[in-house]
Amino acid sequence: MSLRNAACIAGAFEHPTRLAPDMTTPQLHAECAAGALADAGLSLTDVDGYFCATDAPGFGPISMIDYLGLTARHTDSTEMGGCTYIQHVAHAAQAIAMGKCSVALITLAGRPRSEAVQRFRPGAPESAFEQWVGLTNHTSYGMCAARHMHEFGTTSEQLAWIKVAASHHAQHNPHAMLPKVVTVEDVVNSPMIADPLHRLDCCVTTDGGGALVVVSPEIARTLNRPVISLLGAGEATKGPSGGLALDLTTSAAAQSGPRAFEEAGVTPADIKYASIYDSFTITVLLQLEDLGFCAKGEGGKFVADGNLISGSGKLPFNTDGGGLCNNHPMFRGGITKVIEAVRQLRGEAAPAVQVPNCDLAVATGIGGSLGARHGAATIILERQS
Amino acid sequence: MSTRKLLAPQPNPETDAFWDGLGEGVLRIKTCESCGQPHYYPRHICPHCGSKKTRWLESAGCGEIYSLSVMRRGEGAPFAVAYVTLDEGPALMTNLVADDLDALAIGQRVRLAPQASDADTVGDGPSLPFFTPSGD
Repeated sequence: MSLRNAACIAGAFEHPTRLAPDMTTPQLHAECAAGALADAGLSLTDVDGYFCATDAPGFGPISMIDYLGLTARHTDSTEMGGCTYIQHVAHAAQAIAMGKCSVALITLAGRPRSEAVQRFRPGAPESAFEQWVGLTNHTSYGMCAARHMHEFGTTSEQLAWIKVAASHHAQHNPHAMLPKVVTVEDVVNSPMIADPLHRLDCCVTTDGGGALVVVSPEIARTLNRPVISLLGAGEATKGPSGGLALDLTTSAAAQSGPRAFEEAGVTPADIKYASIYDSFTITVLLQLEDLGFCAKGEGGKFVADGNLISGSGKLPFNTDGGGLCNNHPMFRGGITKVIEAVRQLRGEAAPAVQVPNCDLAVATGIGGSLGARHGAATIILERQS
Repeated sequence: MSTRKLLAPQPNPETDAFWDGLGEGVLRIKTCESCGQPHYYPRHICPHCGSKKTRWLESAGCGEIYSLSVMRRGEGAPFAVAYVTLDEGPALMTNLVADDLDALAIGQRVRLAPQASDADTVGDGPSLPFFTPSGD
């Protein structure tokens, strides 16, 4: 049994807000749900499966299904950090293939700019050994970048090209948090946050959210929208494993990516557009290598000279501006990765960044802390003719 | 010296011996009598083979820097976050203390330099396994 063509993404919505002091987080979830359902041409009453993660307030799906007014016969609150919502698409397809639901709603929302967010997870087995280190994502991902530079000679200028490409795309997104085009010099001259990562190597922090509607192929064909099918999916986790397997230059995407490509029956060379989780520039670099777009250690050369810029580069990525420039709602860029991939496959991306004849896309992400322990999820999507 | 609060580890039966050892200046990791492989952070059951036959192993407290990142912003900055690969095998996440943080480098030799944590109320909590350049 395979997930190939088991389900379709029929609705996708990214909330336009980036700062929401006068809204509640449940309200944001509800507005995202309404947006994605309207996009699909469906309504709340059509939903029979609901997916959320720990950004959903209260008792997960129990609170949210009641708040939203849903009737769900299938729920899933799988949590894998920022890439969760990519994974949710695959899990929704599994549930649909098993007949457990036929219209699955996935929501993400949060307001980290407007209210304090609890990010520390007390009681984790590693807490006593790491909580005093002062590890933030900056130093966690900084250690990955430092090691990659040490092993492969990757440079800050090469990492900067990832931000430059994202900024070239963000200028065409009216909702982007940072719509200004930046140069390699701008990035490497921005203040150092955690060596070797500068301020412009880091993603934005935004209030906001998004939602997706995943449906059975039969329902997708009845809707007046392009049919975007899931071809393959993979997931994985990775950690130091007792300290003997520490390897900060390869992510769990080295497992999730090949699993997704194998199930889809396609290769990286076939991909027309890539949504690559971009919490930091280094996050993109590792995933590009791990998915097989280039060899391990060659990521710096691959991203240099605008190779990720739509229209001129070989691999257009994050054409909404990504987390680096557009939106990283609730510190979680997974759902926006899927949303922009759906826009590209439908031909609904901003005209200046729309990839011609975009019929095959990948969305991949990292969740948790890349330098400590993390998860990865990858999906391959295709527009049906 | 850092001014950020060094959160005191909460004692528990799985790892009490680790913190007791560090209080005496000894870094204890665990090793497995079934598969022979050491691990860190310490667990009751071996993460390599699943055996319950784990026992404490005294580390010499020496190793080399696998990677590091100096935090430049926020409370207590600058401070160095690092992974150190112990000579016994396991890598551990730690803070590096040095007069010149900019002189720290991957591959550099370091040794254990226990640092008192901040107790929840006042005074010192259990010692933490910080590292510092060993000069060899």
